[in-house]
Amino acid sequence: MIVSGKAVVVPGTNIDTDVLYPGIYLNIDDPDLMKPYLFEGLDPSLRDQLVSDTVLIVGANFGMGSSREHVPLAMKASGVRCVIGSSFARIFYRNCVNLALPAISCPEAAKAAKAGSEISIDAVAGKVTVDGREFVAAPVPPFMLEMLERGGLIPWAQHKLAQS
Amino acid sequence: MGYTVAEKILRAHSDTDHVEPGQVVMVRCDVVLANDVTGPIAFRQMEKMGTDEVFDRSKVVMVADHFAPAKDERSAILIKRLKEWSLAHGVAFYDQGRGGIEHTLLVQEGWVVPGSVIVGGDSHTCTHGALGAFSSGLGSTDIAHCLVFGEFWEAVPGTIQVTVKGEKGRFVTGKDVILAVISQIGAGGGTDNVLEFVGPGVRALSLDERLAVSNLAVESGSETGIFPADEVTAAYLDGRTEKKWDAVHSDPDASYSRQIEVDFDRLEPLVAKPHNPENVVPVSEVVGTPIHQVVVGNCSNGTMTDLRQAAQMVRGKHVHERTRMIVVPATQKIYREAIAEGLIDILVEAGAAISTPTCGPCFGGHTGALAPGENSLATTNRNFKGRAGSPEASVYLGNAFVAAATAVAGEIVNPAQVTS
Repeated sequence: MIVSGKAVVVPGTNIDTDVLYPGIYLNIDDPDLMKPYLFEGLDPSLRDQLVSDTVLIVGANFGMGSSREHVPLAMKASGVRCVIGSSFARIFYRNCVNLALPAISCPEAAKAAKAGSEISIDAVAGKVTVDGREFVAAPVPPFMLEMLERGGLIPWAQHKLAQS
Repeated sequence: MGYTVAEKILRAHSDTDHVEPGQVVMVRCDVVLANDVTGPIAFRQMEKMGTDEVFDRSKVVMVADHFAPAKDERSAILIKRLKEWSLAHGVAFYDQGRGGIEHTLLVQEGWVVPGSVIVGGDSHTCTHGALGAFSSGLGSTDIAHCLVFGEFWEAVPGTIQVTVKGEKGRFVTGKDVILAVISQIGAGGGTDNVLEFVGPGVRALSLDERLAVSNLAVESGSETGIFPADEVTAAYLDGRTEKKWDAVHSDPDASYSRQIEVDFDRLEPLVAKPHNPENVVPVSEVVGTPIHQVVVGNCSNGTMTDLRQAAQMVRGKHVHERTRMIVVPATQKIYREAIAEGLIDILVEAGAAISTPTCGPCFGGHTGALAPGENSLATTNRNFKGRAGSPEASVYLGNAFVAAATAVAGEIVNPAQVTS
């Protein structure tokens, strides 16, 4: 699976899901209505940089804290196609896999990327390209790769239901 | 090679003979939990999966706690959806006035037994490790899958063994044990792991205090924090549940990713400074910090033990004029018990505002939001920027002794320094 897009850099480490999507807006369950609150507690101007093919560049332990799926749902609804960082908090990572939003661990690529960099990710080959420079990413385990290729947990579940 | 508690429980709940860290297995759930925030999104995802059938309605619990009592129309719609869905599917539903904060509630109502697998659409589902269960906080799409199939995919975690030893000091609680752990391993130090608590000091922790320890496991990135069942667990469960259970312990030759210690003999009450639970210092280092609001409550520290500790510190005194104090009993039963024991009267007389059980003040949803420039000391679990209202406010985390003593002083104090 190959994804490409333009980089938007989210600075900082230990970025929690509260700043990514503050609790006061959790009483929204429609992903399209979540979009205006993404990054609200961190830097609302990051929203203005999002385009239909955005690759988010993030720091270590990204997405720590609350399980709120509003964060990756709002990201997907806002055009984020992939997240590249050095490490991810467990629940955030799961949520990304389940929504077929690749969360790729590649600290060198994340360091090299600047706002607006052209990024390309080959999750199967484990390669990330930043403005033409190639980096080796941590391999995506086979199960997660299959989930991403299937389009996430919903198509995966549909497939299981069709078989049963 | 032997297995850890986590590995044993996962093995018993999957179709594989052998499990090891990193391996992905499908794990069967004994309880699937969601709330008014995460449930409605899970129902949407379930509809997209193309089914309306729940795998086993006796294993599903829905709790209205985050925006309950509904703070506005949008919240009321979510709670209504949660209730209607629960009734239509014949699953357990706890409404306001009938339940409380989901994790304390599930433990209290006997849903959780040692060796079981509890999943919840809430990151603090890790709380249930306090009873020797494997518990996992999941997102809503995961919960949708669990509702349909009764199982979830799981990358088997490693285990960090925490040995607790020494004599527990007078104002030291479970909260301080877990803050000490988070301080040692950091906010991401437990990623891809669970915590397992063993050692002679564990017996000094009541079930209520263990809930606080396990509750903050996620603040270290850990999936859960497991207390292998012992006589404290057995005494708590006696007469509380009809579920059968066996204690699960790690094998002597089990393999750990890391082993650390918490020594009560060197532990004083701790405080996590803004804006990350890993910013832990002894309370003595932040003494004198002015505090505008104190919150005692939430899924980590809203138990009878916490309310007793808080009442002990404010008995016959008044909350400082600078400070507002909010007390949130975690469940309706705890609320009644606290009334019967006279604790609520002590707290109200001191000037505390008592709230019905709700998650509101902890996550900035409603009830007790902070203004710019205000400082809060809370027994809750997160002090992220903007967590409890304004991003220009600051939240300090501490135990109920520290919180209540601070409310009286109007500034952070060491409860050991307060004369009664």
